[in-house]
Amino acid sequence: MSNNHGYKLYQGNEACVEGALDAGMRFFAGYPITPSTEIAEISSQKLPKVGGKFIQMEDELSSMAAIIGGSLAGVKSMTATSGPGFSLMQENIGYASIAEVPCVVVDVQRGGPSTGMPTSPAQGDVMQAKWGTHGDHPAIALTPNSVQETYEYTIKAFNIAEKYRTPVILLMDETVGHMREKLKLKASSEIEVVDRKKPSCSPKEYVAYRPDEDMIPPMASFGEGYRYHVTGLTHDETGFPTNSNEISGKLIHRIVDKVEKNIDDISFFEEYKMEDAEIVIVAFGGTSRAVKSAVDEMREKNIKVGMFRPITIWPFLEKQISKVADKAKEIYVAEMNLGQYFIEVDRIAGKKCHVNKINKVTGELFTPKEITDAVTGGRL
Amino acid sequence: MNCSENTQKYYRVNRLPHIWCPGCGHGTLLNAVVRAIDKENLNKDEVVIVSGIGCSSRAPGYLDFNTLHTTHGRALGFATGLKLANPKLHVIVIMGDGDSSAIGGNHLIHAARRNIDITAVVFNNDIYGMTGGQYSPTTPYGDFATTAPYGNIDRPFDLCSLAQGAGATYVGRGTAYHVPLMQKLIEKGIENKGFSFIEGLSICPTYYGRKNKKGSAFKMQSFLKDNCVDIKVAEKNSEKGKDKIIIGEFYNNPKPEYTEGYQVIIDKFQKQGRD
Repeated sequence: MSNNHGYKLYQGNEACVEGALDAGMRFFAGYPITPSTEIAEISSQKLPKVGGKFIQMEDELSSMAAIIGGSLAGVKSMTATSGPGFSLMQENIGYASIAEVPCVVVDVQRGGPSTGMPTSPAQGDVMQAKWGTHGDHPAIALTPNSVQETYEYTIKAFNIAEKYRTPVILLMDETVGHMREKLKLKASSEIEVVDRKKPSCSPKEYVAYRPDEDMIPPMASFGEGYRYHVTGLTHDETGFPTNSNEISGKLIHRIVDKVEKNIDDISFFEEYKMEDAEIVIVAFGGTSRAVKSAVDEMREKNIKVGMFRPITIWPFLEKQISKVADKAKEIYVAEMNLGQYFIEVDRIAGKKCHVNKINKVTGELFTPKEITDAVTGGRL
Repeated sequence: MNCSENTQKYYRVNRLPHIWCPGCGHGTLLNAVVRAIDKENLNKDEVVIVSGIGCSSRAPGYLDFNTLHTTHGRALGFATGLKLANPKLHVIVIMGDGDSSAIGGNHLIHAARRNIDITAVVFNNDIYGMTGGQYSPTTPYGDFATTAPYGNIDRPFDLCSLAQGAGATYVGRGTAYHVPLMQKLIEKGIENKGFSFIEGLSICPTYYGRKNKKGSAFKMQSFLKDNCVDIKVAEKNSEKGKDKIIIGEFYNNPKPEYTEGYQVIIDKFQKQGRD
């Protein structure tokens, strides 16, 4: 796809579009909102050049609806938004979950609640990315911390969505979305692109929601001759609504299990100076950049500190956090919210060591000093 | 079961009987949709029927096409994505009155404004039937509903005027009594390359009818028969249209279609390449 194999200066939001295009995105529907708007703007500019389609919808409700429609037509689809729009999208994120329609939803987080701080970084949508839509459902959210990672994990987000037939959230934050740094685009031969599994049977034999052994049903596109039914109601294997309590329960278990039981396949994280770390700071996204500097500074003073950085925010990396807690004497969870990811870390690690919070909701990125102060009690 | 040729050809017979109440007008309106599709000789594999939520929204499940039962009010959002992603698809959207003009009102006016090639058919029974009879944006002023126990003080929408004002390029109104007219309007809606809006006046004897003492389904059908006047008649003789419900073809004015407009952009810029 890309001819440029060298480094170039890119913004996070730009890198997101490049990744999406390299993953095969050919449909984007969205609504302008700071700080994600560049993703829509660049998509509108680039999609027609690769034969794809862009549409600016009337709101985020219909943006989410439109990308589900696009995906059902067989075209890889994405939308991008920020907190207020992410709230509106929750309705049809639930639809995509139960109807098992692959798509990618980018949320470039800003200060909330409500209109909050439109141009300021925050990480207050961690729980919304998991529980924003009602009912039990699978949740996959990836959080990059650099421009390069934004590019790479946008590609991964599409691949995971296609493989597991489910919406994937790319949970960025304003810092990562608007920062500019070097990006190395990949040559198309270096990019792994996963496409959804198609039915191999004839339309007559097709049972639209009958899963294979991997718990995922093959997906036909509308217009290919497999005339099937899609609904947001709980349904049986044929795709038609059911009143059976047993079948309804089984469906919810399956759509959750197909993700949870494959967690190792979608667990991404970074361990930084963790080998002998007695103090571990858990941080992700923009925050992790400040934490990394703080770790370096504290290491210079011979403090045995490291960083565990989840890139997969959801499903929660229970196994990895548990392992971290086995070795650590103390864990700090630094995040630009009042302790959303902390709840999960504490749930697992709290039984084994002390877990502390480092929080900031002023609409500013952490400084490394704030992190070192929190960890050393200002003694550094 | 003794099924007509159309039923065998277009219905998922194993999904019948339908869930609609005895006397409901929706089945009749759905038949008009199916007959129009048959008349237009559309390839079943390329037809998508999209719906939202409510009594009307159950219609697609009974039909042997690509069928998509979406969320309340959002049918046109899903339909827009489908149509733009694959313009070869014939996209027909069936909505209710609350579905299309309350929770989905914003999507209706914007789909109309874009003139995207979608045929929207509203089964308008003046009430929220699925939830048990609450007033909708088309419930007449003064009528009763479970949430208007003292009479409705909301002024109703004229859905056809709304759609036309928003930019729909084909607009008409039929009823569950005037079936050949309803079928004809849908046929012409399908033929129109752009956003077509066809309102089908339905009847809800169970909720709207009982709450407003409108009598049996037969009486409610008779009301449609006696109180609807075709626009051509009303235009010739205004006396005949006085205090009546006007039906027929209201607007037929083709304009540039959205997905074709987008294709022009692709054709122009695709050769430039991505960067």
